[in-house]
Amino acid sequence: MSDESKKAPYIVPIGPNHPALKEPVMFTFEMEGEVVREVDFAPGQAHRGIEWMGMRRNPVQIVHLTDRICGICGVSHTLAFARAVEQVAGIEVPERADYIRTIIAEFERIQSHLLWAGVAAHELGFDSLLHLTWKVREQSMDVIENLTGNRVNYGIVQVGGVRRDIVLEQHPIIDDCLGTYEGLLGKLLSLFLDDKTITMRCRDCGVLSKKEALELCTVGPTARASGVNVDLRQDYPYAAYGDLDVRAILPEQHMGETHGDVYDRIVVRLLEVGQSCQIIRQCLSEMPAGPVTAEEKLAKLLAICKKAQGEAIGRVEAPRGECFHYVRMDGKDAPHTWKVKASSYSNLMSWIPMLRGEQIADIPIIIASIDPCLSCTDRIAVISHGHRSVLAKEDLHRLSVEKTRRLQR
Amino acid sequence: MRFLPLFPELVRQLFREPATNRFPAKYLPPTVTGFLHDVAAGRARLTPPVPTPPEFRGKIAYARDSCIGCGLCTKICPSHAIELLPTKKIRIWIDQCIFCSQCTSICPKSSLTMSPEFLLADEDRYSEDLIVE
Repeated sequence: MSDESKKAPYIVPIGPNHPALKEPVMFTFEMEGEVVREVDFAPGQAHRGIEWMGMRRNPVQIVHLTDRICGICGVSHTLAFARAVEQVAGIEVPERADYIRTIIAEFERIQSHLLWAGVAAHELGFDSLLHLTWKVREQSMDVIENLTGNRVNYGIVQVGGVRRDIVLEQHPIIDDCLGTYEGLLGKLLSLFLDDKTITMRCRDCGVLSKKEALELCTVGPTARASGVNVDLRQDYPYAAYGDLDVRAILPEQHMGETHGDVYDRIVVRLLEVGQSCQIIRQCLSEMPAGPVTAEEKLAKLLAICKKAQGEAIGRVEAPRGECFHYVRMDGKDAPHTWKVKASSYSNLMSWIPMLRGEQIADIPIIIASIDPCLSCTDRIAVISHGHRSVLAKEDLHRLSVEKTRRLQR
Repeated sequence: MRFLPLFPELVRQLFREPATNRFPAKYLPPTVTGFLHDVAAGRARLTPPVPTPPEFRGKIAYARDSCIGCGLCTKICPSHAIELLPTKKIRIWIDQCIFCSQCTSICPKSSLTMSPEFLLADEDRYSEDLIVE
């Protein structure tokens, strides 16, 4: 082997399935020694045909399908879809239902961020912290189970409201859980942020500057950790957030400065757990009395949805960022078009500036740091006559132009 | 920056009860079915599962006599798990059911209810336990 080939960067492919990856995605790293020179990735390895299934079902059925788009942010997808359909059909959601939706969404944020914190600890090789975080996460899962009937796939949000009320007997259970988390938060912050190993591994690792975060249109905690002041709950309030006091959490509030690194992403997510506790407390004290659904008779609700015509967008701040559903209905049982854009879709591109120039051992924590949810994101793999291909932007553009031409005829 | 802030917590953890409920037994038996036979014969003791919360959505219970065969549940079931029979009664394929409880909310006669039964694992998806009619 000549000296030239020894020096040349070598390629490390990781994926589509790899023990280090929680979900299928294909990475190609161009390495020079230990350092990542260039990185490319190919999502689209997990196609489940959810939208195809949805376009053959009525909105009341799709609500349960949206629950299953993501195992962690189930209620965010359902809420986004329900809000889109409600706008198309002109259904006014009762105020109490909005508050209950908010409470469930915030509990989901708590459990999702704690789950992520555990995964981050695991990626750093800190498994005792993983087990501790996941142990305390159980309490929020138990409360969700008590409120909705299930630990995951809650099935509580329905078009027009929610399916279950929060009764007075459940308040002590919620209060108890919130008290635990408010007491734990200081401890968790100290366990994650004061630990010398975690600081050395995460500080100035996987940096995403504010400019890059804005250019790549990142959303959610990934954007906020880079100092971008975006939070759908503050910028575009939905459900009960308009009545509540929600401000985007930025790392400089806690640390005094913004680095945009993995450490800042830990700070933002842990502080959001505390913020969610406050929001739930505020919701419980301000929750108005009244019905929890606009239309109790499901057969009537189906008839209203069938008559609906038009298109709408539902946007929700999921634990990972903005989750977006587009629905078009044209007077049939099933929607004419349904498009889901999960929050990770906006965040995936930020991997490239984050990973460039980092060491190979830092790859898992940087990949995990945006909390990717690929099963929610992937939906453009196409299998035709046994030949599998992933559509690139140009192909999609070409298809789009062709469709416009076809419609013009 | 403190060194090893987790250490005292780990030491404390050593003296605590494990958070996990050891169901069905403290240690995994060589065969679960054999273990269940032993439990039925009174030779072994089953660690009880964590109790289900109120209004838990488990296996569907069907009151056949009050069903009027309107078929609304078949229209609303997201996973097409309910079949309307020619006899104007329904058959529910539990292996396909997603436990959303939407059919129990639409049923005009309240013939469908969710039971708290959740131990539904089976080797045969068409076994008698997984078909309700």
